[in-house]
Formats: sequence, structure tokens, C-alpha cells
Amino acid sequence: MQHRSEIRFLLNGRNIALSDVGADDTLLDFLRIDQRLTGSKEGCAEGDCGACTVLVGRLVNGGLVYETVNACIRFLASLDGCHVVTIEYLGGPNGRLSPVQQAMVEHHGSQCGFCTPGIVMSLYALWMQHEHPTVKHVETALQGNLCRCTGYAPIIRAAQEVTNYGTPSAEHLATERDGVVTALNDLRDGKRVEVAKGDSRAILPADVDDLATVLEAEPEVTIIAGSTDVGLWVTKFLKRISPAVFIGQLDGLKAIEVTEDAVTMGAGVTYTEAQDVIADYYPHLSEYWDRIAGWQVRNMGTVGGNIANGSPIGDTPPVLIALGASITLRKGATRRVLALEEFFVAYGKQDRAAGEFVESITIPRVSTGHHAAYKISKRRDEDISSIAVGMNVQVENGMIASAVLAFGGMAATPKRAAAAEAALVGQPWSEATLVAAAGKLPEDFQPLTDMRASADYRMKVAQNLFRRFWHESNGDTARLASA
Amino acid sequence: MKQTVSIRGSAHTNLIHDSAIKHVSGGADYCDDIAEPIGTLHAYFGTAKVAHAEIKSMDLSAVRAAPGVVGVLTAEDVPGVNDVSPTGRHDEPLFATEKVEFWGQVLFAVVAESRDIARRAVDLAKIDYTPLPHVIEADEAVAKGYPHVTPPMTLKRGDVAEGQAAAAHRIQGQMRIGGQDHMYLEGHIAFAMPGEDDDVIVHSSTQHPSEAQHMVAHVLGVPSNAVVVNVRRMGGGFGGKESQMNQFCAVAAMAAKKWNRAVKIRPDRDQDMETTGKRHDFVVDYDVAFDEDGKIQAVDNTFAARCGWTSDLSGPVTDRALFHADNAYFYPHVKLQSRPMKTNTVSNTAFRGFGGPQGVVAAERMMEEIAYKLGKDPLDVRKANFYGDTDRNVTPYHQTVEDNVMPRLVAELEQTSDYQARRKAVLEHNAKGGIIRKGLSLTPVKFGISFTATWYNQAGALVHIYNDGSIMLNHGGTEMGQGLNTKIAQVVAEAFQVDFDTIKITKTTTEKVPNTSATAASSGTDLNGMAALNACEQIKERLVRWACDHFDVEALLVEFAPNHVHVGDQTFTFGEFIKQAYMSRVQLWAAGFYKTPKIHWDREKGQGRPFYYYAYGAAVAEVSVDTLTGEYTVDRADVLHDVGKSLNPILDKGQVEGAFVQGMGWLTTEELKWDDKGQLRTHAPSTYKIPLAGDVPREFNVNLADWSENRELTVKRSKAVGEPPFMLPICVFEALGMAVASVADYAECPRLDAPATPECVLMAVERLRG
Repeated sequence: MQHRSEIRFLLNGRNIALSDVGADDTLLDFLRIDQRLTGSKEGCAEGDCGACTVLVGRLVNGGLVYETVNACIRFLASLDGCHVVTIEYLGGPNGRLSPVQQAMVEHHGSQCGFCTPGIVMSLYALWMQHEHPTVKHVETALQGNLCRCTGYAPIIRAAQEVTNYGTPSAEHLATERDGVVTALNDLRDGKRVEVAKGDSRAILPADVDDLATVLEAEPEVTIIAGSTDVGLWVTKFLKRISPAVFIGQLDGLKAIEVTEDAVTMGAGVTYTEAQDVIADYYPHLSEYWDRIAGWQVRNMGTVGGNIANGSPIGDTPPVLIALGASITLRKGATRRVLALEEFFVAYGKQDRAAGEFVESITIPRVSTGHHAAYKISKRRDEDISSIAVGMNVQVENGMIASAVLAFGGMAATPKRAAAAEAALVGQPWSEATLVAAAGKLPEDFQPLTDMRASADYRMKVAQNLFRRFWHESNGDTARLASA
Repeated sequence: MKQTVSIRGSAHTNLIHDSAIKHVSGGADYCDDIAEPIGTLHAYFGTAKVAHAEIKSMDLSAVRAAPGVVGVLTAEDVPGVNDVSPTGRHDEPLFATEKVEFWGQVLFAVVAESRDIARRAVDLAKIDYTPLPHVIEADEAVAKGYPHVTPPMTLKRGDVAEGQAAAAHRIQGQMRIGGQDHMYLEGHIAFAMPGEDDDVIVHSSTQHPSEAQHMVAHVLGVPSNAVVVNVRRMGGGFGGKESQMNQFCAVAAMAAKKWNRAVKIRPDRDQDMETTGKRHDFVVDYDVAFDEDGKIQAVDNTFAARCGWTSDLSGPVTDRALFHADNAYFYPHVKLQSRPMKTNTVSNTAFRGFGGPQGVVAAERMMEEIAYKLGKDPLDVRKANFYGDTDRNVTPYHQTVEDNVMPRLVAELEQTSDYQARRKAVLEHNAKGGIIRKGLSLTPVKFGISFTATWYNQAGALVHIYNDGSIMLNHGGTEMGQGLNTKIAQVVAEAFQVDFDTIKITKTTTEKVPNTSATAASSGTDLNGMAALNACEQIKERLVRWACDHFDVEALLVEFAPNHVHVGDQTFTFGEFIKQAYMSRVQLWAAGFYKTPKIHWDREKGQGRPFYYYAYGAAVAEVSVDTLTGEYTVDRADVLHDVGKSLNPILDKGQVEGAFVQGMGWLTTEELKWDDKGQLRTHAPSTYKIPLAGDVPREFNVNLADWSENRELTVKRSKAVGEPPFMLPICVFEALGMAVASVADYAECPRLDAPATPECVLMAVERLRG
């Protein structure tokens, strides 16, 4: 296969071609240092503050989709074939402000102004989707944007008034759409891309088969989908990730297939891309899904990556294990299917051979039983869970026929609560049964104390959630309206 | 022809922040956005990875040898004094020498061709330590006999023993109050450019350019006149950039002079949070005696603070905790003591409120204790203890409260927030015994305005009118988002009766106004606004004198009208008038100066008038708590706050809203955690959780007391606004307490420690349930 040795993308409507790109070069450094586009700020370099938020437009099934991303943890190489839009591009000629910017000015949405470009980008992306956003929309769009000055109140007011200053269809991002689609299509040549700076190499396989080929040839590469975790290895821990293989752009890993029995999604499906199918087929996960990180990270991060990196505090493994999910691992042309819970062997160790990659995730559809997904964190939004819980209890004739209770944050891996499950099966479906099962939890877990929560709290709240589960299964109010 | 239109942007009008358009378009330049000259080098700190130890050896050879590294700076390379202590106590070495006193202490700096090279190179250092036992908590420091970092203070009035003997009840307790990271979105940064001779120019994100200037001079061993410090704007400060930038400025300047190249230093967020100070954590031991009506008779409290390894600003911070230990309440007999404890942690520093919030929150805890003990609505207890107008109006530091508007404020808020009906509804809701419990609380804030270091209460400004009629405004204050420049420009616009846009606001620089005080203590507008006004008045006086002479009219007939000047029967545009004045050789610029009147303070005696006036406010919060998980939401908050006669009501409202949410963060989700080794584990937004948009009260009604005017002669009768509203959200904290207390039928004060994280709340629920 013929390779290309430069990445090509659009930046604020201009063509950019770069050959001197290393695996660990970030978009934010490229913008601020190489391009002197200093409107995007570095606030944390870990994708948590949103001061670096930019839009990335890419072709999805022939259509152009713009999404917010954190430029600080987005690798430059991964932008091949995309349109990067920064704060400098939103306004018009002669200093004209976009409606979002105008609303922010008129409603006093900036104080120190450092977070403001990022907030404007998030609100802009929201406004393109929702011309009349609700407060809930605004809060969800801003989950990944910190502001330390305003207390957000004026920003929320501004976001709701944008419509008074213009319409999305009149914006140049809208009017230039066809041209951008053509330009992005022109950048697509179906080739593998390999670029390097010094000894730091980045590879963008042409398709999934090519990915399999690359991984067989170089099994020790760093595989990067959304870079929402690997990004931090570089920016915070100064880890070298070369050679890195980028897979987020592979259409072949983005398929979502719904059959009578199950939903199967490619490993490259982002949280955002999965949102609708999750809400449709697993309604108990809908609210939970919106509490995974912030919007920018949900636009970048993938369910496959959340699984493959093996973290004990990933948000999706516990709730997917509870649903009986399985994953397909591929090496070369060989595939194997593994129950998700089997994948997590020990802390930092997964059942993945060198050269093997997670290709897809299959989640059985839900028809019967009681299901719940709970996340407990210090701050409700954009926080890493203290504990995460998936519950799936099947009841027949008032008796519990089966139970899967999976926990994150309670052990070195996402793990089922075997003793508590055993205490449920064969017992009557009642609050007393659930409370008794909760009492078995210390046999299953000896959680740790860390900066997120103490061991005592983890255990206590995990046990109390059995009671929430009971009450909610019976239609009682057992949690806060928006929590 | 008389002009009847008014100018755009006069005082007391709503006006957008002067940089708002640049903020939203990415065109506002912060220090890291300044274009770098060719050859700019980047410095980075190498820090200690141990909390307390003797340094046996420091091998930096591998650091020096790393490709791209230009050199390394240690204590030995300091040309002047190896010290960046802001109060002259000489207790804060820039680079550690023999001893490490906290995890994250600066040992050396590496200077390299790129920031990435510098960051990577610091990890090549080989440091050999002999570990020593370390202390993290303030009460642990007391117990282990750790020293005070600065002399403690005692405030005393009346006879505590006598008050206690006469009281029907007495409660003793302890409250732990957590610290807080500033989490300004723009972290620390300094960017130094060498000049000829001894000269160096430093751009920095600092609230205190003069101190940075003096510190750089001190470290370089050069006079202050060799050093220029500039700051256009900060991406947030909140007190975190009052003294903490000294080390960054000093190192950038040292490196710039040593290698004769521009040098920038910008820590990453983790290093910023590990290596710079925060709000002081406090452990308060309280002892309150009161009568059957809930009226306090005697208070005897001790405030131990985690000050960290050096004094920094801990003296004035712990003093201010005592100055606010009364909040809005009269204590007939009182003794308050501070214990500024040394600990093996980063040296804590200024943070919005400057110790005041910790004093206030402890006062409110006592109100809660009394209310639970007597089975009263805490609001009734608060009202019973408010300062009086003619008696019961002397503070523990013997200043008489002369401007008390609290009873009126609270009465208004109680009504507009529908407090009584909502309290009833909350009690009824909780009586049903569900999983979700509610709480409602109204708390007041009284906050003293002035630096307690009296000499800081001075300011300067420089106003130029160019001969085209355009005006340049410069003053000693710094812009960190609070809208200081906007408000002062409004004052100047009104003085000359010209549109706001006529005035160019320029960067703060030690070249234009010397010996400035920190933009801190909420004093920015009070001090610098008056200095700017003084400059304007000097120029106007000259102009009027000249016009009288030149046009042969009485002074009364020279009038500054909107964008025009009337002189007798003639009318000129402001520009024409200025041009003529220039042609007649009138000095069109002036340096203004201001010092706050009336204030004095004798710390030894604990007596005086440290504050020119007080700012007041009150807030009500309603919360819901999930008693299974400890999670909560703030369902509604109502605020009524006193900013005197506001210079810019919409900007002031922004300060109040922002302070409320920031204060809520301090008391709820913002938790600083150290591990057993003494390492701070919450050192980035991934682990340290400040409020998000979704945490803002579901209904948030913020109003300014529009009837208020400062009874003192402050700038246009306004009041300071930066810090006082930070304490308003104590009502959120107390409302959480009420929801928790409901599980035990309010029989017991829930004694929540701060921050009341969901974990803290759930554990309190479990404790009360027994």
C-alpha cells in the first residue's frame, strides 16, 4: 500500500500540510506556538478546564459534523482530514462578532476572560445544534468548561439569548459548508499516513484491515483512539508514546449495528456517537452517559478506549458488564469474542495479546428485569467516579432469578460482586433481600482510600445504592432531580 | 448651545468590561500570548519529592548535560539574596539549600531552549535526602510543638470568665475548615527580558507588580530602579498572585540576566498547585456561652491555621480571621487567639477574604450550635446577636460599628425570599421522612474594608490628556477580571465629562506608578479610583484656572459638559478646548495620590480602627440532600448585597454572583487532600473540583441593595465588592447542615466540617442516625 508522509487538514478555512509531525505533538501547541493563534488557552493540559476548546469538523457518512474538542490533549497527527476551527475564525470581517460572542459581551459573560474563548466555542457548538437551548442543554454543553470568575450565571443567560443576535444558518461555518465538504473530500486519498518528527512516529492506518496489518508488524505501538487518556500521558507524565497508531478516524470502527438481540458498536464509536443508541435501547444509561466526563471529552473519547485502557475507574465497564456485554478482539484476520468482565485480569493487565486490538463491543438488548446505573462522584459533572455501579436483576414470580452487580472504583479492576449477587439469587425481590445482599459487599470488596473518597464512604455508599435501586425499581423518588 | 445628552459610560451606570470584546474574540493578550523574541529560553522548576528532609546531595549533572539545556540555577547562583519572603521576614529561600520543608519546594531551575526540554530535564536530577518526620495538619502542629511562623494575635474585650459564669448555657466544640486552591484559569507565569546595565523588564501575571519588582531587585542584588514589572491583565488572581509570583519573576529575571536572553517560566497546572500557596486551612476551637434567648454572653475561640513552611502573608491572614470572628454579632465578653502554625506544606497565602471567611464560618457555627441547643430557628438566634446601632456596637478590636445596615438588609431579604413560608415547607417536607431531605438557611456577612497593614492603604494614578483630547489612564491597580479598569475609567470619564471611549486604559507598570500596594483586600477601586480622581481634579483645576484667565470669565462659568466645555457664552468640544490649553502651555497630565483617612491599628494592644468602613450582605439558600449518598443540589439562592452606591451595578453583580459560586465551591466540593507522605494529591482540575455550570443554584436571585450609600467619603460613595460576597454561600453550608440534622429531628447540631463533600454529608447523616 502506498503511504502518504504528511498530514493534511484545514485550519480556519486554510489548507495545512505538515510532514514534520511527531506522535506527541498536540494541537494546542501547534496553534499557540507554530501558528500564533493564541486565543485558545492552556489552563490545565489535561482536558478538564476547556480553555483550549476548539471545533473539529469531520466528514461522517458524507456529512460535515463539527464537535468541540480539547486542543490540549488532541494530537496534531489525528487531525488528518479535519477542519479545525478556532476562536479567531468565529467572527466576521472588520471585527464583527458572532452572535454567541455578541451575547457573551452583552450579558457580561466574561470577567478575567481566560476561559472565555473556550466557553464561546462550546456555546457556539451548542447553538449550531440547538438554536434555543434550555438551561439543561447549556449546562451539559459547559460540563467541560471551568470558569472561576463569573459563577456561570451570566454565561447561562448569554447562551439562552444568542438567538437574539443571529441565526446559525447565516454563520459562515454554515454558508461555507459545501466548500468545506468538498475540500475535506479532496484531502481523502485512502492512503495510510505516516509522519515523524525526530524519532517520534505517528501512523494513521488507511482502514481497519490496514490497522490489523500495522499492529502485526509493530505490536508494541501505542494505540490511540480519542486520546482523552493517552493525551495526559504526554502532557502530564511526559511519557513517550512513539510509535503511535491513531484509530479515531477509521470509519470501519465507527459502525453501530442493532440486531434483534444486541447492539454492536465499533471500538472507535465516541461517547457522543453512542448517545442516541444508548438512550434508545438502554434508557437507564441515558442520564449516566451525560455524566461521563465533559462534552469535549465525550466528543473525543471512545467506548472502546474506555475498555481497552483497563482503568478500574472507567465509567462504562461496570454498566456494560452488568448488561452482559462482550468484546471482539482482533489480531490480523483472527477474531475472538470475550465476555467484557473477563477482559480485566488485574490492575493494569488486560487479556489483550501483543498486536491485538479491541474491534467492537456487543451489548445484549434489554427487555426484562430491573436495571440501574449509578455514578457517585465528589462533583456531579465532569468528575471521575468514586464508585460506578451497574445493576441488572431478573425477577420471575417474585423471586430473583439472576443478578449481575458490577462495580468500578471498588477494586483494582471493574468487578462483579459475587457474594452480593449470590445473596440475591433465589431470594424474594424485596428491600430486605437487597439490604441483606448489600451486607455481603465487604466480602466482595476492600476498597481503597484516595483523594476521591475514603474506603468507608465507598463501601457505605455502595451499600446504600442497593436501597436506591429498590426504591427506584418501585417508582419511588430516591435521588435528586438532576443528579 | 448647551448639551443635554449625557456621556457614555459615566459612574453609576452599567457598562461592559472594557476588554469584553477582546475576551470573546481571543484577542485579549495574557502573559503567555506575548510574542517571544528570537532566542527566548524557557525555565522550569525542579522541586522536592519529599515533605521534610535534609538534603544530603543534589546531583544535577544529568540535568545540565541534557540536550537543549542551557543551564541550571540553584541557591549558589543567586546574585543578591536567596529570599522571596513578601513581608521582609527573610524566611522564604527562593531555592532550598540544606533542608526541604514541603513536597513541591523549589530546589533548582533548569533553563532550556524549549519548555518541553526544560520540563523533561528536571526529572534527571538525583537528589539524596535524609527524611524527617513531617506535619500536615494545624492541630497536629500544635500538638507536636511546631512553631508559629509569625507572632500570633489576641483580641480581647470584657471578661470572658465573668460572661461564662453569668450564662445559662455553654458549648465547646471544634470545627475543621479546609483550604482552597485559587484555580485561576491562567496559572503563574513570568517572562523576563534583559536590558542594558542592571536593567530587566518582567512581564508577569501578578496582583502586586511593585512587590515583584522589589523581590526581583532583592534577588538580583540591584536597586529597584533597575527592574520594571508589567501586567496588562491576569486570567484570574483571587489572591493567589499577590505574593506567589515572586519566585517565578525572580527566576525568570535571574536567567534573563545570566544568559542575556528573554526567559519565560510557566509551571504546568500540577506544579502550580503543588508549589504555590492556597487558602489557609483552620482548626477552630470554640467556646460559646449564651442565655436562654440565644444571646451570646461570652466567646473564647482559638484559630489554628495551616500556614505552611514560611510566614508569607499568614500573619495578616490569621489576624483577619480574628477580625471577622464576630461576623455581624456583638460579643459582650470575648477573647480570640490566632495560632499561625508552621506545617510541612506549601506556604499558604492570600485568597479572597484573606482569613475573614474562616472567621465568619466559625461565628456561624456558633449560631447553629445555639439554635440547635435551644430548638430555635437559627435566623432568630442570628438576629438576637446582631450589632446594635447605639449600644452593643463595639467589636472585639474596639472599633465601633457605625454603619450597620444589617437589620434592614436581613429584614428585606427575609421578606423577598419568602423565608418564613419556605422554612415551614422545608420542615414539613422533612417531617415526611423521605430519602431526600431539604435545608434552608439565611446567613449574614459583615466585612471590614481596608488593609490591616495601614501603610498599604495608599495609591497612585497617572492621567495624561494628549493634545488631541484623548486620555491615557494609568493607576497602580491590576486587572484580574474584576472590572477595576472599567470602573476607574468611568470615574475619569465622569470627571472630565467625556465618553468612556475617549480613555485608553493601559497596562499596570512600575514605570508609571511606583510603590503600589497589591490589588487585594477588595481595595482596588477604593484606592486607585480616588487616586485617579485626584489626578483628574488637579488637571481640571489647571484647566479652569487657565480658562478663567484666557477667556476672562469667572470659574463658575467654566463647565465640563458632556464631551464639551462651556466657557462663558462659548462652547468648545473637549478636544478643541484641550488643544487651546496645550497651545497656552497648560500641564495636561497629573499624578494622583490617595491615602485612606481615619484608620489606625495597634496590633500589640489589639485596639484601633483597622477598617474605614464595612460592607454587608446576606443570602438564603435552599438545598436538597440525598441521604443515601450524601449528594446534594442547591435549589435556590437569594442574595441581597451592599456595595454602597455602585460605580457599575452590572459588574458589581457579576462579582457577587462569581464570589457566591466560588465560596460555594470552598464549602462543598473543593477538597485538598494530602497523602501519608505529605504529597498534595489534588493538584489539577481532574482531582480538584471547582463548581461547574451545573452546580449553580437552580434558581439564583442576586440583588444589590440599591438604597445603600457609603457613609464614608469613598469614591462616589461606593463600597468594595471583591471579597465580601465570598462569604454569602455560608448559607449553603448551613442549609446542608439543616438537611442532615433532620434525620435526627434537629436534636443535635450536625457539626459539618468544611468542605461538606457528599462524603462528609453522608458520614454526618450516618453519624446522626447512630
